[in-house]
Amino acid sequence: MRNILLTILLAVFAVTGAATIGQDDVFRIAALMPSATNDLAFSQSMYDALVAIQEELGEEAFEFTVQDSTYIVDDAAVALRDWAASGEFQLVIAHGSQYGPIVEELAAEFPDVSFAWGTRQDTFGMDNVYSYAAASDEGGYFNGVLAAHLTETGVVGLVGPIEVGDGKLYADGFANGVASVDEEIDVNIVFIGSFSDVPLATEAAETHIANGADVLTGTAQMVVGPIAVAVANDVLWFGSDASQDELSEDIGVAFQIYKWDVLLLDMIANIKDGVLGGEYYKLTLENNGLVMEFDKDFEVSDELMTAAQETLTGIILGDIIPIPEMMEEEMADEEMEDDGED
Amino acid sequence: MGLDDILTASVFASAIRLATPYIFAALGETFAQRSGVLNLGVDGMMLMGAFTGFYAVHVAQVNATMSEPMSLLFGVAVALIVGGLMGLAMAFVSVTLKAKQGISGIGVYLFGLGLSELLFQQWVGTPKSVSGFPRINFPVLTDLPIVGEIFFHHNLLVYVAFALVPISAYILNNTTFGLMIRAVGQNPEAADAMGVSVTRVRYATTTIGGVLAGLAGASLSIALINLFQQNLTAGQGFIAVALVYFGGWRPWTVAAGAMLFSFVNALQLQIKVIGADIPSEFAVMAPYVITIIALVFATKRHEQPTALTKPYERGE
Repeated sequence: MRNILLTILLAVFAVTGAATIGQDDVFRIAALMPSATNDLAFSQSMYDALVAIQEELGEEAFEFTVQDSTYIVDDAAVALRDWAASGEFQLVIAHGSQYGPIVEELAAEFPDVSFAWGTRQDTFGMDNVYSYAAASDEGGYFNGVLAAHLTETGVVGLVGPIEVGDGKLYADGFANGVASVDEEIDVNIVFIGSFSDVPLATEAAETHIANGADVLTGTAQMVVGPIAVAVANDVLWFGSDASQDELSEDIGVAFQIYKWDVLLLDMIANIKDGVLGGEYYKLTLENNGLVMEFDKDFEVSDELMTAAQETLTGIILGDIIPIPEMMEEEMADEEMEDDGED
Repeated sequence: MGLDDILTASVFASAIRLATPYIFAALGETFAQRSGVLNLGVDGMMLMGAFTGFYAVHVAQVNATMSEPMSLLFGVAVALIVGGLMGLAMAFVSVTLKAKQGISGIGVYLFGLGLSELLFQQWVGTPKSVSGFPRINFPVLTDLPIVGEIFFHHNLLVYVAFALVPISAYILNNTTFGLMIRAVGQNPEAADAMGVSVTRVRYATTTIGGVLAGLAGASLSIALINLFQQNLTAGQGFIAVALVYFGGWRPWTVAAGAMLFSFVNALQLQIKVIGADIPSEFAVMAPYVITIIALVFATKRHEQPTALTKPYERGE
């Protein structure tokens, strides 16, 4: 008799439990980030995107959880594994190229969980991995054009993290943007070898100014140091990843803002349709994944506005290629792929 | 591109600025290690000093409760106290409780890292700047060519750091307190037999180490960078510990090590800015490689304090 009762109870729990899961239409994302969600840069851009999606879809339809400041990759592996194993999240995001090997390993172990990681163009050939990147060279080029119009000393400085990924793209785009206006302008570039070393980034900015720079730019979360240097020395600042107008006071000019929600909304739709991955996304000015924004305190002259609009239109229409060499490489790769298919 | 383009006055000035937090932290660690306490929690203490010093200045300046110079001194005082308290905590764990110093130091580091992040998130939110210690303009001296830029255009804490080098050397080498520190670090049993309290001396040196680590953090957040961000120190406390070994536990050579490391760092930035064709990876690792090579030779010259990392128990 007891066994029969137990069986009935278990059956009831199973049915009600299944009914509960079936009625839960909430889409849940777990996202891991290397720095703070308010770093005014890379991590904040993803956090802002998740908040924007929640505002758009409503809290009853979309929830997210975030673990930030996870710069130790081993710690990241633990969090990502927990999320994947919990079965609570439809999408697990590893926001940082350093997490790639972990994603590759976990995606194989949890084939029913959808993963997204960036910024790289590599889904590891897996059907449950999305990858993403930002065409930061586009905003870099835009900022470079404006910087060339604004420099009086003919020297501009860039403080970058590590010479890879979107930091490298931004730097190359920026240098080409400056050169498109005046090839005589010196673009001094320093990659400090770290995403988080604020003291060294600060000193790199000081070094730029000591060498004549009157316009500075930079990427990654350690740029708060260079921004402080720019403010102290009354030097113009161009930013990337997120808006930095709060910190840059009256020396900020323009910011390239990553709108990851553009691609995340598409991923969410795909996952709801049962497509868990296998696609690469890229934020561009054309798909509104990249947005250029002037600092609200900066007075834009007519000449500068014209240059900005022409550059923006040129990039979107494809008349301006921020890094022609990269375009040639991509075309060569495509040709090789075509040859391979033939 | 010649040597004149690389070895500019600004490179030397940059090296002096970069060396400042290392000198504060490494001098404090020198006191601790000379008495036999290895404090690996320096970086955590720096972070707490950096945050609390910054926060005190931020609150004072936003609310305009005191003048700008007073707010900065208030920030320094808060950083000193917080650093000192963390030093006391480290002393309690490693001296009184006799915990393994390496492990307890890492614990203190993680505590400082986590708490400074938490407080920053809760109390401040996004990175904000403060008006930090301004650069001092000395009459005539600042305007001197080359020398003026190198030596006479820094903020107050830079000069305090360098002033502490001879003061620390004097204390360690020429005072009774210094003699007690060295005796406790070299032979605690003998010091104890002579009536020197090993516990008190180690508490004092570890607290001094905490105070100077707090000041090192404040030198970043309210003098050199003038803002706080999570993990602002980026591991500088650990480099400071290494510099103590490199400097053979002597203030002058510890400071020289800090200057060497900072000079190579400043040099690699300058080389990259002027566009020298050197791989950035090589330039970034140069300060570490050069310091490690120096460390290898330096540790052969100087014996470390015999009782370093060893808890003292009377009668053992």
